Amino acid sequence: MIDPTLSGQIEFSERREKLTLFMQNKLGMFGLLLVLLFFASAIFAPIFATHDPFQMDIPNRMSGPTAAHWAGTDQLGRDTYSRVLYGGRVALKVAAIGVSVSLSIGLILGMLAGYGPRWLDNLLLLVFDTIRSFPTIVLALAAVALLGPSLNLVLAVVIVTTIPGYARLARTSTLALKNTEFILAERSLGASPVRIMLRHIMPNVIGPLLILAAMDVPVVVTIEAGLSFLGLGVLPPTASWGSILNEGYLIIRDTPWPVIAGGIPLVLTTLGFTFLGEALRDVFDPKLRKGH
Amino acid sequence: MWLYLGKRLMLSVVIVLMAILVLFSMLHMIPGDPISIALGPRATPEVQAAYAAKMHLDKPLFYQFLIFIGNVLQGDLGEDVFSGRAVTQTLAEQLPYTIVLAVSALFWSALIGIPLGCFSAIRPNTWIDRVTGILSVGTIAVPSFLVSIWAILVFSITLRWLPVIGAGDEGDIVDQLRHLILPAFAVGLGWVGYLARMVRASMLEVMSENYIRSARAFGLRSRTVIFRYALKVAVLPTITLIGIGFGGLLSGTVFAEIIFARPGIGKVIYDMVLARNFPVVQGAVLATIALYVIVTLIADLVVSWLDPRVRDSL
Repeated sequence: MIDPTLSGQIEFSERREKLTLFMQNKLGMFGLLLVLLFFASAIFAPIFATHDPFQMDIPNRMSGPTAAHWAGTDQLGRDTYSRVLYGGRVALKVAAIGVSVSLSIGLILGMLAGYGPRWLDNLLLLVFDTIRSFPTIVLALAAVALLGPSLNLVLAVVIVTTIPGYARLARTSTLALKNTEFILAERSLGASPVRIMLRHIMPNVIGPLLILAAMDVPVVVTIEAGLSFLGLGVLPPTASWGSILNEGYLIIRDTPWPVIAGGIPLVLTTLGFTFLGEALRDVFDPKLRKGH
Repeated sequence: MWLYLGKRLMLSVVIVLMAILVLFSMLHMIPGDPISIALGPRATPEVQAAYAAKMHLDKPLFYQFLIFIGNVLQGDLGEDVFSGRAVTQTLAEQLPYTIVLAVSALFWSALIGIPLGCFSAIRPNTWIDRVTGILSVGTIAVPSFLVSIWAILVFSITLRWLPVIGAGDEGDIVDQLRHLILPAFAVGLGWVGYLARMVRASMLEVMSENYIRSARAFGLRSRTVIFRYALKVAVLPTITLIGIGFGGLLSGTVFAEIIFARPGIGKVIYDMVLARNFPVVQGAVLATIALYVIVTLIADLVVSWLDPRVRDSL
């Protein structure tokens, strides 16, 4: 039997090696920086903001960048820079809740499909394929037509449309694990399927899902911004990157600044999570590369 | 081949049926009276009564569903709540605009994206490859509705080169083309990056295959090897990608149509959502999904026809 401290050390040094590998990935580090910026600016928005995001200043409406208003003001004289910061909070909220809920549900459904009976697998696969075949925005529009716009609806759309990605990934890994010796051994010792799935399959399956989650954040943020841009997401006067773009688009002939300032954080966030996700994937799970 | 075709067709039919089921149950699962939910507050009592009679709202739910499917299969998607026109007629008018926009976006992005990916795969890790890599991530990172807005800002408002609104005068091809440029640019830009990355990855894989090495060893010119042998195979996953990504492409056209006030299915759905004209929304959503299913089906069949290995995988 291997000395437990030694195997721990091997694992430790392997982890450190991967960390070094990750640190050497320049784009990945740049992505990490952008991601940290996204979190910091959203969480500490009240500290970084120079104005109340709802405070109107009609005489100074639709101004360009000035010393007082760093990114100019909108049609009601509200400070665009502060609104963008607060908009980041909406994006962060949707991304955090949306991604974690759909990852959890996708993980469970994927393991069930992979480990459960064949008919369940086929049924779930059919459901996933059907969901994937709905163009997201069209699905969202149909839902809004019936239920009216709200942030919760945006969240629901985000969760429903991203579950299949996680579930398929979890299913594939579960299928590969299903007949490995340690699972067979566990089963012959009489462990229940629930125990096997939670204690043995889940820890081995979750890694790639976390990487997918990092790459899904921009998708989720874009869906929120897109729906809010169409006036189908957050309701005014709440600031979201999408609603800033929406209001800015209406006054685009008077001032270009709101649509510029509302769009840049969207691009930076997408770039950040994409670079970070790809770097993580290349270091920790090069196999995933083929799937995308 | 026939078995594959059969399975694939069945999957498509099931997807369309599920879509119908979802749309149908959405209407009935929401608390409240289905008539006022479907027709909105502005429908007249006559319209409401006609709708109730047509949907057989007094019958059991399952019976209603069968009637609904029957109507859809007969090409009857109901009537516009306000004008009373058949929804199918509206769709037939609007669909060509959406298809033209989607196809032209795909066309220009393939024209640039595929060669770009090919060049960077031939010279991996050179500066051309790096620049292409960063550019393609960059184009993917900007959502299509943002591209639309920024394109309007630059090309229509600042430079005044291109028009913003509408699809151009009917019968005036040049004017229509001028109105097509910006929307097609906005919808296609992200695809340039996608296609470049996809072609690069599969090119690199194909270039390391034995038969390419043999072709080289036989002394064939490298241009012949790359374009005649490698690219042919490397493009296959791209066709699948176009199939899968068509849903995203449709989402892009929805945004572009709304932003550029261009006629099309997306604009119809959006306007009718705001007007709470549910029969039209329902019909247009169904048409979009049917269109999507048909395109993925064609893409899959083309790939399986070109690459026999795929047939066994379903």
